[in-house]
Amino acid sequence: MSPNMLELRNISKGYAPGKRLLDHLTYTLKAGEYVAVMGESGVGKSTLLNLIAGLDTPDSGEVLINGTAISSMSDDAATQLRRELFGFIFQAFHILPHLTLHQNVALPLLLNGQSLQRVEEMLDQVGLQGRGRDFPHQLSGGELQRVAIARALIHRPKLILADEPTGNLDPDTAQEILELIRTEIKSNGASAIIVTHSHMAAATADRILNLSKDGLHPMST
Amino acid sequence: MNSMRLFRWLLIGEWRKHIGQALVTLLAIAIGVAMGFSIHLLNSAAFNEFSAASKSLSGQSDLLVRAKTTLMDEAIYPQLAAFEGVAVANPVLELDVAIPGKQHNRNDYKLKVIGIDMFRAAQIAPDLLGLPEEGKVMDRLADDTIFLSPAAMTWLAVKEGDHLPLQAGLQQLTLRVAGGLVRARSGQRIAVMDIGAAQWRLQHLGKLSRVELKLKDGLNHEVFKSKLSKFLGESYTIVELENQETRVANMSRAYRVNLNMLALVALFTGSFLVFSTQALSVSRRRSQFALLRVLGFARHQLLWQVVIEGIVLGVLGSLLGVLLGYVIAITVIEFFGGSLGSSFFPGIKPEIYYDAVAAWVFFAVGLTVTLLGSLVPALEAARAKPALALKSGNQNAIMKKLAIPWFAVACLFLAGILTQLPALNGLPVFGYLAIALLLIGGIALMPYWTTWFFAFISNVTKRSGINVVEFLSLARLTNAPNQASIALGGILASFSLMVAMAIMVTSFRVSVDQWLERVLPADLYVRTAAVGDQGGFDLTTQQAIAALPVFSQADFFRAQQVLFDSNRPEVMLFARPIDRSDPRNTLPINSDGHEVISLDSLAENTMPIWVSEAMVDLYDYQVGKHVVLPIGDESHDFKVVGVWRDYGRQFGAVQMQLDDYQRITGDTSVNTVALWLQSAVSQEQAIEALRQLPFGTELEISRSSDLRTISLEIFDRSFAVTYLLELVAVIIGLSGVAASFSAQMLTRMKEFGMLRHIGMKKREILMMLAAEGGLLTGLGILFGFLLGWGISLILIFIVNPQSFHWTMQIHFPLSWLLIMATLMIATAAGTALLAGRRAISGHVIQTVREDW
Repeated sequence: MSPNMLELRNISKGYAPGKRLLDHLTYTLKAGEYVAVMGESGVGKSTLLNLIAGLDTPDSGEVLINGTAISSMSDDAATQLRRELFGFIFQAFHILPHLTLHQNVALPLLLNGQSLQRVEEMLDQVGLQGRGRDFPHQLSGGELQRVAIARALIHRPKLILADEPTGNLDPDTAQEILELIRTEIKSNGASAIIVTHSHMAAATADRILNLSKDGLHPMST
Repeated sequence: MNSMRLFRWLLIGEWRKHIGQALVTLLAIAIGVAMGFSIHLLNSAAFNEFSAASKSLSGQSDLLVRAKTTLMDEAIYPQLAAFEGVAVANPVLELDVAIPGKQHNRNDYKLKVIGIDMFRAAQIAPDLLGLPEEGKVMDRLADDTIFLSPAAMTWLAVKEGDHLPLQAGLQQLTLRVAGGLVRARSGQRIAVMDIGAAQWRLQHLGKLSRVELKLKDGLNHEVFKSKLSKFLGESYTIVELENQETRVANMSRAYRVNLNMLALVALFTGSFLVFSTQALSVSRRRSQFALLRVLGFARHQLLWQVVIEGIVLGVLGSLLGVLLGYVIAITVIEFFGGSLGSSFFPGIKPEIYYDAVAAWVFFAVGLTVTLLGSLVPALEAARAKPALALKSGNQNAIMKKLAIPWFAVACLFLAGILTQLPALNGLPVFGYLAIALLLIGGIALMPYWTTWFFAFISNVTKRSGINVVEFLSLARLTNAPNQASIALGGILASFSLMVAMAIMVTSFRVSVDQWLERVLPADLYVRTAAVGDQGGFDLTTQQAIAALPVFSQADFFRAQQVLFDSNRPEVMLFARPIDRSDPRNTLPINSDGHEVISLDSLAENTMPIWVSEAMVDLYDYQVGKHVVLPIGDESHDFKVVGVWRDYGRQFGAVQMQLDDYQRITGDTSVNTVALWLQSAVSQEQAIEALRQLPFGTELEISRSSDLRTISLEIFDRSFAVTYLLELVAVIIGLSGVAASFSAQMLTRMKEFGMLRHIGMKKREILMMLAAEGGLLTGLGILFGFLLGWGISLILIFIVNPQSFHWTMQIHFPLSWLLIMATLMIATAAGTALLAGRRAISGHVIQTVREDW
């Protein structure tokens, strides 16, 4: 197994001919590392996450996950890798309204053909004990993000990608959620990249990186 | 002004983005309205033309005098002409005469020949006068001439001066075409000759069909009718012109109403499509509407926004439908005539006239249906609380308010009550209402059925292990039943009606087939080209046929029409040998709910009759009842001893023993001979033997198998238009599923985006969607079978007996229904797949980053 969870090798991505968003970007994320990525709007943070997750392909360069080049994989193979190694947390939660909390959290286990035994335990861990039979519309925003965190971690992924996970939450709830994310990531031994505009959110990471036209660099604090 | 601009922006913006859904909705309304309007135009055109053609034969007479049997003795004519108050009496002999060489078309081989007194007719019905060549006025009175309407000349391919062969019984005669008529309606096929010549040449000496009376001015018609009625006695009927119209209207009324109802099914199905697309559109725009509300859009403005969308769709769709209906009607009448496969309007060529009132009515119906479909979603949109609606969420909870169990149960309960009510003015109005309520109630119950059914399936499959595709499909169907039910409304309505129609038509067809087997037991049927009600075979010819050694048995039938009620068409009277020991050997007796009286229990001089089901409904001829029938020159007492099933005549038929008929009338002639072959004789040999008879070439010989085939072909042709209408309804239903699925896909884009993020392959999402579509349609079909079966019971046991006065036994077209069900599941799954492919092919991944 590679000691590097993620390697970005000289990747470039443009949204129109001659208009590059990411230009020869290179970066390595070690296993177990938790980094926050900050940067101005439109600089390509979300594009970067898509490239890492294999949801988009770079114009040039390579993205390696655990030593495997996801960027040159077929869609099915990339999906298979994503299903096993990745966990996602979104700003807008994206909890399926017609599934119970238990069912929502169980989705990655089902996709990976694993036992559902851990679901209740995971719900307990994120502070939603006894709520497995509830439907999403019965929950607050903070609670919904807790479900999303449980769903992101339930199958013990190696890399968590979080895109503005606290963007829809009030400061107190955001603080709680950020602590929960860090705790859960660390206790699961996962690596994580959190994309955010929030300094409070970024501060929970091991390292803070700034994405700009010049590339991905450590942020001076 | 500004609010109007906002309305316009929102409306155009919505349609620009979802033009496909708007077009499908608009087309569904247009097709529904077009079907209803075109059928109405076709039926009206055919009926009006037929009615006008019938009226044109009676000219400007005030009253008609007819015998209760088809013909009357001409001795009555001078008495009527001299009756006080009569200005002019016009004797008429009207006969349907066979045309040699046209017999291959069993329903259309006769020419209506009207014998008139030129001098009298000139005063009452001048249109019927012949137009002879210049200088040949006497042709009007000649005994070898005939005058033809233009349509008759075209049909017969003859012109003035040609000779026209006619078949009168066993004899052929030839008449010279002396010219046209003063005026005949377009497409009306009639011929006119001198009444004396007609009586002689067509073998009806001394007989008249009717005497038309023109009364003196200022006469009280009611008083006159009363006096004349007393004078004429029971054997005659006095018919006013409006009775004649009612009679013509009654002939086809049930058929027309039933066809119109069927045509409205497409519109009914279309209303579900409108509802589902509007409801889903509202659901999709829930957060947009919430935002508008937050920004200051008033509740009533939002309500109007959605209602106006419906109104615009309704207006455009209904306008298009009316235009399309008119074009369809013109096209159909041009290429297929106005009868729509039925035999209610023979010998006419109707033309379509734009009926503005009907056009407005159908426009209004289309608009109302669209408005009803839009109103509930509009109310829901207006009622939604903005704060809650802004939160991404549970669309199913919105739809939940639309599912009202007590309403569904009340509809079903009311439907049950309505099935117990009798016909209204001869029409199964309550039967149709019961069908509509059954459908509405059944569809309203769908969410509960969906939840229950898929929860059950989930529990069963949970035990046997389940993959993510099955899990997600079942979870959505179990937990979001209201959204699923919306997609199902149209398909459930159209499929259940299709099932009902299929069961009804199959039951009818199988019953008719079995009935034909009973009523056509002989090997061969022989008839002559009878003229009017005349029996074509006299005793000598009957004996000659019976004496042929190739036959083991020969039964002779005498049929004639009898007028029981001047408002209704004639009743057919059959005189034939009926098995005295057990009449069921001869007649298709219906003993379900009807008593059968044994002939042994009758008093010595009591004459038995067996009546068709229509006689029980229309004339209350119950078994055991003593009735008086005008047969021959007098009326006679009979006792109803049984009821038989008759699918040939919806206005009634009576069967009696041939020897009773011959004894009371002295008429020994018969119309038809049923022949059973000796065991070693082939049908060809028997036909050859018949052809060898002196009159053999004039015989019309039919094999019973051919008669059955022809009858079933006529049956299928009559129902072809119903299949077409059903197909249209199903297509609209499927379009509804397609539109609903497409709309749902749009509301689920974020779901697909999230699923793709967490590792679900495109193929798996598509499989999930196909599974949802297939399972949902499968349930719809299962439920459609149940509803359809319920509706078919109403059609078979209520609508049919009340409309056409016949009953039938239920039969299921299982293989056909299974094929249709499979096709529909495949189509629905395919539709879901296509809609899904489109939904996940684009930037589905980006949707997870959108706020709304």
